[in-house]
Amino acid sequence: MTSSTPSAIFARRHLLTCEGLTAGEITALLDIADKAADQNRQVRKKRDVLQGRTLINLFFEASTRTQSSFELAGKRLGADVMNMNVATSSVAKGETLIDTAMTLNAMRPDILVVRHHAAGAVELLAQKVDCSVINAGDGAHQHPTQALLDALTIRRAKGRIAGLTVAICGDVLHSRVARSNIDVLNTMGARVRIIAPSTLLPAAADRLGGEVFTDMAKGLEDCDIVMMLRLQRERMSGSFVPSTREYYHFFGLDHEKLARAKPDALIMHPGPMNRGVEIASTIADHARSVIREQVEMGVAVRMAVLEALSRQLRND
Amino acid sequence: MRKPASPAANAVVFINARLIDPASGRDEPGGLLVRDGVIADLGPHLRRNAPDGVTVVDCRNHVLCPGLIDARVFTGEPGQEHRETLKTASNAAAAGGVTTIVVMPDTTPVIDQVALVDFIQRRARDNAAVNVHVMAAMTRELKGEEMTEIGLLQRAGAVAFTDGQSTISNARTMRQVLNYAKDFGALIVHHTEDVHLTGTGVMNSGEVSTRLGLPGVHKFAETIVIERDVRLVEMTGGRYHAANITCVESLETIRTAKAKGLPVTCGVSINHLTLNENDIGPYRTFLKLRPPLRSESDRMAMVEGLTAGDIDIVVSCHNPQDVDVKRRPFAEAADGAIGLETLLAAALRLFHADQIGLLPLLRAMTINPAKLLGLPGGKLEIGAPADLIVVDLGQPWVVDKARLRSRSKNSPFDESKMQGRVLRTLVAGETVYQYDDDAR
Repeated sequence: MTSSTPSAIFARRHLLTCEGLTAGEITALLDIADKAADQNRQVRKKRDVLQGRTLINLFFEASTRTQSSFELAGKRLGADVMNMNVATSSVAKGETLIDTAMTLNAMRPDILVVRHHAAGAVELLAQKVDCSVINAGDGAHQHPTQALLDALTIRRAKGRIAGLTVAICGDVLHSRVARSNIDVLNTMGARVRIIAPSTLLPAAADRLGGEVFTDMAKGLEDCDIVMMLRLQRERMSGSFVPSTREYYHFFGLDHEKLARAKPDALIMHPGPMNRGVEIASTIADHARSVIREQVEMGVAVRMAVLEALSRQLRND
Repeated sequence: MRKPASPAANAVVFINARLIDPASGRDEPGGLLVRDGVIADLGPHLRRNAPDGVTVVDCRNHVLCPGLIDARVFTGEPGQEHRETLKTASNAAAAGGVTTIVVMPDTTPVIDQVALVDFIQRRARDNAAVNVHVMAAMTRELKGEEMTEIGLLQRAGAVAFTDGQSTISNARTMRQVLNYAKDFGALIVHHTEDVHLTGTGVMNSGEVSTRLGLPGVHKFAETIVIERDVRLVEMTGGRYHAANITCVESLETIRTAKAKGLPVTCGVSINHLTLNENDIGPYRTFLKLRPPLRSESDRMAMVEGLTAGDIDIVVSCHNPQDVDVKRRPFAEAADGAIGLETLLAAALRLFHADQIGLLPLLRAMTINPAKLLGLPGGKLEIGAPADLIVVDLGQPWVVDKARLRSRSKNSPFDESKMQGRVLRTLVAGETVYQYDDDAR
């Protein structure tokens, strides 16, 4: 689990999923990210690792923070960054995906950062292009850089990941963040708890590598980390949970529930938050909330991923 | 549905064959004489002794058995000929050892009128290499609301009634259809899926769907409809066939209904007999099916149900889809897989793996569908149509989708290793496919 030469350890062409990443690979990325995080706090933030390289942000689904985080990461490493926001028309989405991939491929980018509303779409696209592809979120499948930035945030705050108890709470059913985090945390030796009402638990949730709770207070007992998930508005009015009020009552993170976790438990949220729905406003701004650090580490982790992937790029 | 066979002069005798007839249980060395498009004689006495003046075909100890009858085939004719025509489907069938296909009414327009049944029959007569029969719609435009002219459609040649890939969700409509069809002895074939339970689901609900982040379909979406339908059969006495069961609970429901003596039967697709949800792997859309592939234990239950005779027939569920609708993110890709040309070879996997005997396996693709649909073939019997295949059970080959005859190439078995190959296919005594000629 110790870090050695990172480039020798993370030697993949794409970053599409956290499933199958080794502890060595994750550690390697976090080590590079640690340095990038320090660099980002300097006045001179820019390096030239990606000089001459082209990074294209291809977002089929709206995103503010992930896209700007990747944009900044690319620019700080000296890459030329282009943002493409592909409006999702309701027709022929698949055609758009493949066609756009082929078109972009012809422009010879070095790295494509892709977000898509359909699970597996980024993998499909990666099969069609010659460059490196980073999954910036595909449907309810995976969001690898989010899990890595969460791991980095935890490691910097707690000094380790192994042995910690991490509760992931909320809409696990639709959450790619949860899936990626469950993979990374398990690989890194953390104990994972999954907390959600049964209507927001995926099938066979107990097979994912975490203990499942439908009672949040019980699930938070003695946790080191409380990781909240976003609940989308359209799922709050009867189809998955009866109302915002009821959801907040049973699954919103308030002081009473938080008191069940360890006194030094960290509070995390991938954002954007629904204050008063899944998290009390005062908790979001709590001294133990590392939600802003997560955003900061997001840039660092994305720089690390870009740097690691760039070492696999062709130089001829 | 085909051109009449050539005149009597063309009698052919197949010698040195391993005669397999699931209808009678026959499995012995022998020979078979074809004359006038029908089986004129068969038995051990013809093993080496060809009658004078007839053409001799030496089967070299390979299997000679009835051609397969595939009771669930989707094509694109009429309306979506880019997917498949009756001609291309029948060529695929011939190469796969299928001598009779039963086409589904899910076309554009829907086969819900007498003139359209007639259209299919005429197109098949002029273009198809194998026998083609029609299953007509049981409700207009497959909407599950108003029943079709079941009596007149039957008179026009429809062998059974189905809404294809659609389920009648209204219990009252289903009751009326079963009740009305009963008077004509017509068979109702149902795709059993509670669409509300299915919701946005695109694959079997479970650990695999959760890991892939895909919305799942619980298998009870199927079982619940079968349970309801069995009660409706109990009410009406109509003949009922569940088109494609996929899980052990559905099988138990069918078994119980049969034990009560209800006129209930069921089929299973070759995909659900030989593949499971894990085969989807990294979002392989060619394995996106409806109903979806289930767990390995459900697959095993299907094999056991077939062995026990609780599952009556095996179908290909041949459903051609072009590349454009398959090369999409999994949830957005079309459902369905082609299967006519690989039906027998895939089925033989079960035989070679010692999961089922040859006779029960072939029975479910020959005499059983023939009896179910009232078709003349599916057996080795004097006077029966000479719809026959010669099969080398041991020959290994690898599926290459580029060489499949279907117009669409969405085979879930692409690049799969198979063992067992059709050497020759005869329909009404005429050779419509021969492996030796397959020099491509």
